[in-house]
Amino acid sequence: MIRTLHEQLKNKETTAISLAESYLARIAERDPEIGAYLMVLGDEARKEAARVDLKIAHGETIGLLEGIPGAVKDNMCMEGTRTTAGSKILDNYVAPYDATIIRRLREAGAIILGKTNMDEFAMGSSTESSAYRQTKNPADPERVPGGSSGGSAAAVADGMAVFALGSDTGGSIRQPASFCGVVGLKPTYGRVSRYGLIAMASSLDQIGPFTTTVEDAAIVLSETYGYDPMDVTTAESDGKRFEDFLSGDIRGLKIGIPKEYLSDGLDERVRSVFTEAVERFRSLGAEIREISLPHSKYALPVYYIIMPSEVSSNLARFDGIRFGMSVNDGSERFAGSDTLLETYLDTRDYGFGDEVKRRIMLGTYTLSAGYYDAYYKKAQKVRDLIRHDFVDAFQEVDLVFSPTAPEAAFRFGAKQDDLIGMYLSDIYTVTANLAGVPAISFPMGTLNEDGKDLPLGGQLMARWFDEETLLRTADAFEKTNQ
Amino acid sequence: MLTTEEVKHIALLARIGLSDTETGKYRKELSSVLDFFHELEELDLSGEREGIDMPVKENDTREDRVHGSGPVSREAILQNVPSRKDGFVKVKSVFSL
Repeated sequence: MIRTLHEQLKNKETTAISLAESYLARIAERDPEIGAYLMVLGDEARKEAARVDLKIAHGETIGLLEGIPGAVKDNMCMEGTRTTAGSKILDNYVAPYDATIIRRLREAGAIILGKTNMDEFAMGSSTESSAYRQTKNPADPERVPGGSSGGSAAAVADGMAVFALGSDTGGSIRQPASFCGVVGLKPTYGRVSRYGLIAMASSLDQIGPFTTTVEDAAIVLSETYGYDPMDVTTAESDGKRFEDFLSGDIRGLKIGIPKEYLSDGLDERVRSVFTEAVERFRSLGAEIREISLPHSKYALPVYYIIMPSEVSSNLARFDGIRFGMSVNDGSERFAGSDTLLETYLDTRDYGFGDEVKRRIMLGTYTLSAGYYDAYYKKAQKVRDLIRHDFVDAFQEVDLVFSPTAPEAAFRFGAKQDDLIGMYLSDIYTVTANLAGVPAISFPMGTLNEDGKDLPLGGQLMARWFDEETLLRTADAFEKTNQ
Repeated sequence: MLTTEEVKHIALLARIGLSDTETGKYRKELSSVLDFFHELEELDLSGEREGIDMPVKENDTREDRVHGSGPVSREAILQNVPSRKDGFVKVKSVFSL
């Protein structure tokens, strides 16, 4: 889709401003129902689009993303723009600088339409924990879009953005992509700079795109990855343009199916869509092998120890002193506090929602004296074992294939009282974050429930920094749809 | 199951002021998640394979030199401070008098 729009812009069949206007009109028409956006930046978008049109009028060459309207999750800082991370505690926070990812988008000439809704601080699998609004799944408005990047997924699925950025700590790009029927890419840990991304769990967080096609995801990645001195985990760019690898040819590639992922508990309908997808890969000439990732069953408990531990540390900065809301802001709203400790206690009690408090306290507990060895240290050791599972698996196969999630989109409220049930949504996705490997969710079929066809995503994982094989394989699958 | 005292202690460490109702709620919820971790106990980690044989970056350090707040202005940062006076961040006293 991006390439087609790019050609139209280049050949003057359309203009960046009319493109921006058509997306803004779509948002005005649809978003009151869907709720994908927390903020629409119409004026800025028009201004940027006009600048691109001027460039085209002057006969300058434009890049692939130039003039293409996209959206960003509201946990990425944009200078002079309110950035809430879906939380009340950042209700009045205006970012004083651009995140590196925003700077890269600007340099690439992309048009940023607005900031999208998300679970508070990216903690959730349904976007229901946003302090601001509900986001509906365009495939069935009675259901959640997944999470935590639910707004970005819904915006792309409903034609309210060509692409959108999300962040993925344990599946927050891939699971909503699966629920909404779009492509969602979590690049290798270290591919894309997180400077200016409001941190959740720093050893797991990664930024990536939602798009309608695999090629579009490749283009957005090409325009946004590389070394950033402000995020020392980033790797030097290898100069690759990922869209150049999409040959459609995957003959001879070895795809592993982890037997641990297809346990007896898996929904039969998900299994049957998955089995069909496996056959499609086989018919494309890939070699399918059953493999073992022996420590898979421990991935979820390990994730729910490591992630909250990092959360408790990262979210200590929201203290009512330096930024964000405070019970001591001098307003009529709060009684104020007498001591510094009370400022902390009351600000954080008022400003954070349930799920955030839960995870902060869980992490505080697993890091606290007497429990550190039993929980955090142990989890780190098991995380190593999980990484080794992947090192071993990738000796045998080029890719690992599974469903993205064990289910299709669920109804609002369905998991509100079922904490572990909500956490289980991440069962197939957290391993890629723990191991740091790149992973993609792409539409692999649908499942019929109550007369509605609900999208189901397939997940491919590849070797560290091997996004080209990952994208080539997902693209080959997508091409069989045509 | 965590005790009420334990939950209060964790909440204080986490700097989250909880009401009694909330304490009860989180006691139940946190305990249910901790139960979920028991699965890890069956693993023997006496450890034949320590460390990671995968691409890991070396530490990337910069020169120890003051470089201010970079491109971000002091004013822009202070704009977000909830309570300030004469260009300083204002806080409540650490000890009650």
